[in-house]
Amino acid sequence: MLDASPPPLVQVDGLKMYFPIYTGLLRRHTGNVKAVDGVSFAINAGETLGLVGESGCGKSTVGRAILRLYEPTAGRVVIDGSDVAHLPPEALRQKRPTMQMVFQDPQASLNPRMTLAGIISEPLDEHTDWTAERKIERVHELMDQVGLNRRFINRYPHEFSGGQRQRIGIARALALNPKFIVCDEPIAALDVSIQAQVVNLLEDLQDRLGLTYLFISHDLSMVRHLANRVAVMYLGRIAELSPSADLYARPLHPYAEALLSAVNEPDPVIAARRKRIILKGDVPSPANPPQGCNFCTRCPKVMDICRTVKPDLVEVEPGRMVACHLYTNPDVAGPTGASEAKERNQQGVTQ
Amino acid sequence: MTDTNTDLRPPETLRSAVWAQFRKHKGAMFGLVVLGLLVVFSVLGPLVWQPEKLSVAEALRSKNLPPSFAHPMGTDHLGRDQMQRMMLAGRVSLAVGFVAMVIAVVLGTLIGVLAGYFRRLDGALMRLTDMFLALPLIPLLLVMVMLFRDRVAGYIGPEMGAFLLIVSAIGITSWMQAARIVRGEVLALKEREYVLASRSIGATPKRVILRHILPNVISPVMVAATLCVAEAIITESVLSFLGLGFPPDFPTWGRLLFEGLDYMESYPARVIFPGLAISLTVLSVNYIGDGLRDALDPRIRGR
Repeated sequence: MLDASPPPLVQVDGLKMYFPIYTGLLRRHTGNVKAVDGVSFAINAGETLGLVGESGCGKSTVGRAILRLYEPTAGRVVIDGSDVAHLPPEALRQKRPTMQMVFQDPQASLNPRMTLAGIISEPLDEHTDWTAERKIERVHELMDQVGLNRRFINRYPHEFSGGQRQRIGIARALALNPKFIVCDEPIAALDVSIQAQVVNLLEDLQDRLGLTYLFISHDLSMVRHLANRVAVMYLGRIAELSPSADLYARPLHPYAEALLSAVNEPDPVIAARRKRIILKGDVPSPANPPQGCNFCTRCPKVMDICRTVKPDLVEVEPGRMVACHLYTNPDVAGPTGASEAKERNQQGVTQ
Repeated sequence: MTDTNTDLRPPETLRSAVWAQFRKHKGAMFGLVVLGLLVVFSVLGPLVWQPEKLSVAEALRSKNLPPSFAHPMGTDHLGRDQMQRMMLAGRVSLAVGFVAMVIAVVLGTLIGVLAGYFRRLDGALMRLTDMFLALPLIPLLLVMVMLFRDRVAGYIGPEMGAFLLIVSAIGITSWMQAARIVRGEVLALKEREYVLASRSIGATPKRVILRHILPNVISPVMVAATLCVAEAIITESVLSFLGLGFPPDFPTWGRLLFEGLDYMESYPARVIFPGLAISLTVLSVNYIGDGLRDALDPRIRGR
């Protein structure tokens, strides 16, 4: 899978997205919210990369920065051969059709004053000079693809259910035959029964159209079902990036372990035996992350080195990348529990 | 999603859908009818209603008459037929009201959208708005009229000149509310996901504004516009009252109202009719705005 044959469709290198903080009367630049702080990964054509993490860890920001809906602070995002993060405006506009996005809230992502025809053909208006009939034909085609009745074409978004609206959003994303789609929590706002439909639709479209997904979600079981590989994010950094099966069977990073222990287990016998890892405290503020590993304030296996040195994301087993000193320092035999309780400061308060 | 293979509904045109909904709004239809009558009254009225010219002696005898068959709205203190003056005044007042409203709304929306959408312009444009809000309007209008009246009148005649000057003076001193309201709406709208989606498609700011922002700020703009019409009619009468609007013998509803004010106790008809005309205009415009706003909103239209 990771052979050197074709280059990955999407290659993200050291992506940083800082939001400046201005304070005081003079609005001086006093700091940054480091929403994404040096994220690197690659997605091969036809693959689905899951991106999971708790609320506020920067998942959505990664998705938006990759599509350059935000101007990234630093880093390279190579999609299908060109560095999207540094393209000039017109070239970026030409590039847009290859990369599209499906949004979280299907209600908010559709303009309430446009008909379905208008919404789905908006990308066509921007990037093609087709006649009205040809556009309508394409809209019909797209509606068939996502399973919407053609009769709905002149209706408005408020006349649809949540699942149907999400289908409209997907149809819009597909309109220009993209290669890469960022799915930004496309199922988070939907009913469980509808979630399955939408996920199946996404899978089906991937099979038929050879799409590549970055699937952002906090629904761990959906990601397990959908993704080939999964990246676990914590506080703007990737903690672990592993093939889906390996990650769910045996998470390496302590945070991934804690996160996955929260997945519901349908089998009551296993569920009873299972031990949940409950993390104490809150996530530190991304405006003032810990000096060392971002997870050191809450990590159950914290070591001295974790508080001073940021671990890099390195490959510790074939195909598995982890950013944790437990795996990079072979001489550290295990958790040393050196200094504890009083250093569990929250929100980046300095000791 | 039951497939009943019925008609593939022919695309209903937006205009007919809007009109169908508008017609359902009783208030709006009432407003439309009343406004239509007022317009007909002032535009076509003077062609039909032409009372004979009176000599000075006759005029003196017939001053301040109450409404009668010969003079349905009575006469004024110079014995002139009040109805004819109302008709002529209506032309000016309605024109001033609507043109000033259009100027104010266009300017306000433009500045509001620019300030809300482009962060770089926000500070400068909003300080400009604050500055205009802080200016005392009447003195400003007085200075403007004083400075430019003769020059403009020299180009296009005293009446047209006065009209143009008043309309633009009112227009450029009443766009601030609209600008503020619109800016606030735009700030909220541009963070909506459909705007983000449009940007991810590669739409230029111009397209995003025209396609997503403007249609969604229509409701507050409509409200601001209807209020603006009333305000413009009143401001025009204030200006005329102060002797800086139209020439003294040139009737407008506001001026008729002010002229009648001194005689209000003895001859109430002289204030009732202009007052009624202004109120009816404002009311009907308000209702029309209300109906239009509802008709343009697909969520309401569906019901």
